[in-house]
Amino acid sequence: MTPRGEEVFRLEGVRKRYGGREVLRIDQLSIFAGEIFGLVGPSGAGKSTLLRLLNFLEPPTAGCILYRGQPLDGRVPPQLLRGITTVFQRPLLLSGSVAYNIAFGLRLRGERNPGPKVEQMLRRVGLSELARAAIHTLSGGEAQRVALARALVLEPDVLLLDEPTANLDPYHVSLIESIVCQENRERGTSVVWVTHNVFQARRVAHRVGLLIGGELVEVSETHRFFERPEDPRAAAFVRGEMAY
Amino acid sequence: MLGKEKPSGVSLSEETSFFALWSGGTPKKGALDMGSFAQAVHRLLAGDPELWEIVLLSLRVSAEALLIGGLFGVPLGAFLGLKRFFGRRLVIALLYTGMGLPPVVVGLLVYLLLSRSGPLGFLGWLFTPRAMVFAQTLICLPVIVGFTMAAVLGVDPALRQQLRALGATAWQSTWAVVREARTGIVVALVAGFGSIISEVGAVMLVGGNIQGSTRVLTTAIVLETRQGRFDTALALGLVLLLLAFAINGFVLVLQGRSVER
Repeated sequence: MTPRGEEVFRLEGVRKRYGGREVLRIDQLSIFAGEIFGLVGPSGAGKSTLLRLLNFLEPPTAGCILYRGQPLDGRVPPQLLRGITTVFQRPLLLSGSVAYNIAFGLRLRGERNPGPKVEQMLRRVGLSELARAAIHTLSGGEAQRVALARALVLEPDVLLLDEPTANLDPYHVSLIESIVCQENRERGTSVVWVTHNVFQARRVAHRVGLLIGGELVEVSETHRFFERPEDPRAAAFVRGEMAY
Repeated sequence: MLGKEKPSGVSLSEETSFFALWSGGTPKKGALDMGSFAQAVHRLLAGDPELWEIVLLSLRVSAEALLIGGLFGVPLGAFLGLKRFFGRRLVIALLYTGMGLPPVVVGLLVYLLLSRSGPLGFLGWLFTPRAMVFAQTLICLPVIVGFTMAAVLGVDPALRQQLRALGATAWQSTWAVVREARTGIVVALVAGFGSIISEVGAVMLVGGNIQGSTRVLTTAIVLETRQGRFDTALALGLVLLLLAFAINGFVLVLQGRSVER
């Protein structure tokens, strides 16, 4: 069943151009509180661009993005921004210890004693023993768990995931999926999960959107997306017949 | 005495000065006596006040220049590494030219600036350590800026976006990126120091190699060589090398494990 809370994001007539090339063209899209929205599509479809817009890391070239009903064109209040965070495909950790990395966002928010929250988060992602380990000694899966912990410790309202499991082994893929789904269930965190992997989208998402050439060709409930896709391109994508 | 032909009838204190005792007090022109070189090194370690004055002035001038160069150069290098603006490529091209700037040319320019009729002549800095600091700052600045820029450019550009996504302000993410580049920035400072502690052209021109006032290790080496005291010159060269080694070793210890990855 799809949780359908209030609208967290509403995109209206959003366009993004780099140079003269339009990479994103979304007429209308809503993301709701408490849902996991799976965003699938071939490489270069504009999935990562859309996430950057949702995290207000870049402004749209045209159109409007409303966050909790507020249009956020131009200057974005930092307090609002801090409710949204992204975990990227690469962990992008800072040199230092695991604990230092997880505490980073808390310190930015003026938290004087991030220790207890960091410890709790380390337990949650199963890295308690590596708290003091230097990040260059971690495996790819451990590093990505640290990146996820660094985001979750901020207790975000919106978690944006840009293919965070693309380079990981099946154990870590399943571990990260279960941590994110638990976060979504227990805290009602809204998640936009970009993935190449249609099976992953099917496992974790409440709704799925297919982005091709910068356009959303199908957005529907997960079971419907996979069982009765309306757009022929979505049907081809689900059947694995789309070459990309 | 360093830099003076030994006059007849010198006082005892001058006579017993380390440099006066060199090679039995009489310079051997055009020849290098290894025995006297060893003797020189030995006495050098025993400590000659004039030598240590020269060493300290060398260190003071280059350290002050490095400090000023670092204060301006590191932020400037970080700015060039992080910001994209119109004319950036031209600035970088000029910077690379600056990194290879002959110290003697810098010395000449500073000389003209500080000479009595020059635009900064009123400062009265010519032939003082301040003029040497000024010139050395100009020499090390492009080196520090260039290496800092390279170090900052070496940090994954996606990291900045990640930091913004974690709620960092533009300043906080910039600071974190500079912190990530710190090993490279230390290298920038080491290279900047190397470019000035060993240069002779600029300090010779604007300092004048005045004994007890603006004489530093490199200018002393030139003088000793010109006067045929090769063993003294070599011993001073050894001091310069040891100094550079000690300072760079100290920096390496400071950097700690970050270079051993």
